[in-house]
Amino acid sequence: MDKEYPDINKAIEDVFDGASIALGGFFSCGNPVYLTTALSKLDVKNLIIIAMTMGIGNWELNELLRNRQIKKAICNYPFFRSVSRRSIFEEQLRAGEIECELTPMGTFIERLRAGGAGIPAFYTPTGVGTLIAQNKEVRLCDGKEYLLEKAIKPDFAFIHAYKADRTGNIVFRKTARNYNPEMAKAAKVTIAEVENIVEPGELNQEMIHLPGIYVQRLVKVDRPQIEATIEKPPEK
Amino acid sequence: MGKKFEGISRELMALRIANEIPDGSYANLGIGIPTLVSNWTEGRDIVFETEIGMLNTGPLAMGGEVDQDLINASCQPITELPGACYFSEAESFAMIRGGYMDVAVLGAFQVSAKGDFCGWNIPGQRPGHTGNIGGSMDLAVGAKKLIIAIEHTMKTGELKILDECTYPLTAKGAVDLIVTNLAVIEVAKEGLLLKEVASGLTPEDIQSVTEPKLIISPDVKEIEF
Repeated sequence: MDKEYPDINKAIEDVFDGASIALGGFFSCGNPVYLTTALSKLDVKNLIIIAMTMGIGNWELNELLRNRQIKKAICNYPFFRSVSRRSIFEEQLRAGEIECELTPMGTFIERLRAGGAGIPAFYTPTGVGTLIAQNKEVRLCDGKEYLLEKAIKPDFAFIHAYKADRTGNIVFRKTARNYNPEMAKAAKVTIAEVENIVEPGELNQEMIHLPGIYVQRLVKVDRPQIEATIEKPPEK
Repeated sequence: MGKKFEGISRELMALRIANEIPDGSYANLGIGIPTLVSNWTEGRDIVFETEIGMLNTGPLAMGGEVDQDLINASCQPITELPGACYFSEAESFAMIRGGYMDVAVLGAFQVSAKGDFCGWNIPGQRPGHTGNIGGSMDLAVGAKKLIIAIEHTMKTGELKILDECTYPLTAKGAVDLIVTNLAVIEVAKEGLLLKEVASGLTPEDIQSVTEPKLIISPDVKEIEF
């Protein structure tokens, strides 16, 4: 079962108008930078993008915003830290051109985890008594209040990984793992851009972070050069 | 109206909080003053977790140590300590929500007498009911002990410790201890218990910049480091 696609554009050619796509990465770390850029060159619109942030550290996502490819964002930390700086996403949100479903970080990843594990919804203590609880079922369990949160099952997940074998078994590197495994499990189709692709048997079987069953397509990429910052996009 | 009292520096607030974390603890530090706490824990037996998915975070990375695949939750390149381990975001928040964090230290815009606090949305600053929630709501409900590290009042002099919060909440009844530049205040069942005051200030001074009626501890003393 060789899952490698020689051409990154071929690997994403079935992305369609209105598709929901989870993009891995935590600020600048572990983002599918090549896949996101390839998506920005694809003629698809009305996308639902599921990602921690909307163009802060994951600068490539701003191209999707500039192209007005995104209809809705599901995220947990969408803005610049300083309120005096406005991102493209914030400008579009202010103009009413894009929707934002804000979800606490732990709830965000658990919604994806649940989506990948056949759990349609779950109760969580996070957000009880806050704006996050609006229009959500509250349930008492052992005398404590919990919110009902629904799973997220994206059409696609784009992830970045350090190493994979051709069957899709994946190893991440350090904190670049972050959201990537659960997004891969939640999505119908997962496309991984990978820095190193090896033959089956070459990875330590005891040290696989994401079993290949969750990964449909692999694309070999060069290790990207990334500056860890949420202050400014890299100079072109 | 400006700030009425100076009190202690952010660094000393961080030291006071570091002394509040027992050896053998797992702890998570938020952005701002909380981050400074780790400057005072060298040689202590405290393991720091970062939401991105790592235990045993080390100091900030310098020069050749910088690795693009190793950052903290504030997107700063960091190092790893012996015994470090990496895991996914889902695992990270299972630890946080599951009650494995002995201590979390967070900043806030406002804290109430009942231990409610807000730290993600000042109305009018961001469009609609949005803001950067990040992991704050999960840490607030999950940590065994939640310490809030804040300047006692805003730069403009407006109060931050209130009878009721006026901004959207991060969590209800979650705060255990408030450490400010002026005082150390415990959120007790009966209300806010003033335990320590900054050098040169009196409990009456603290009350003058705190909306809820403070309960003055019989053992009230100067903030100790």
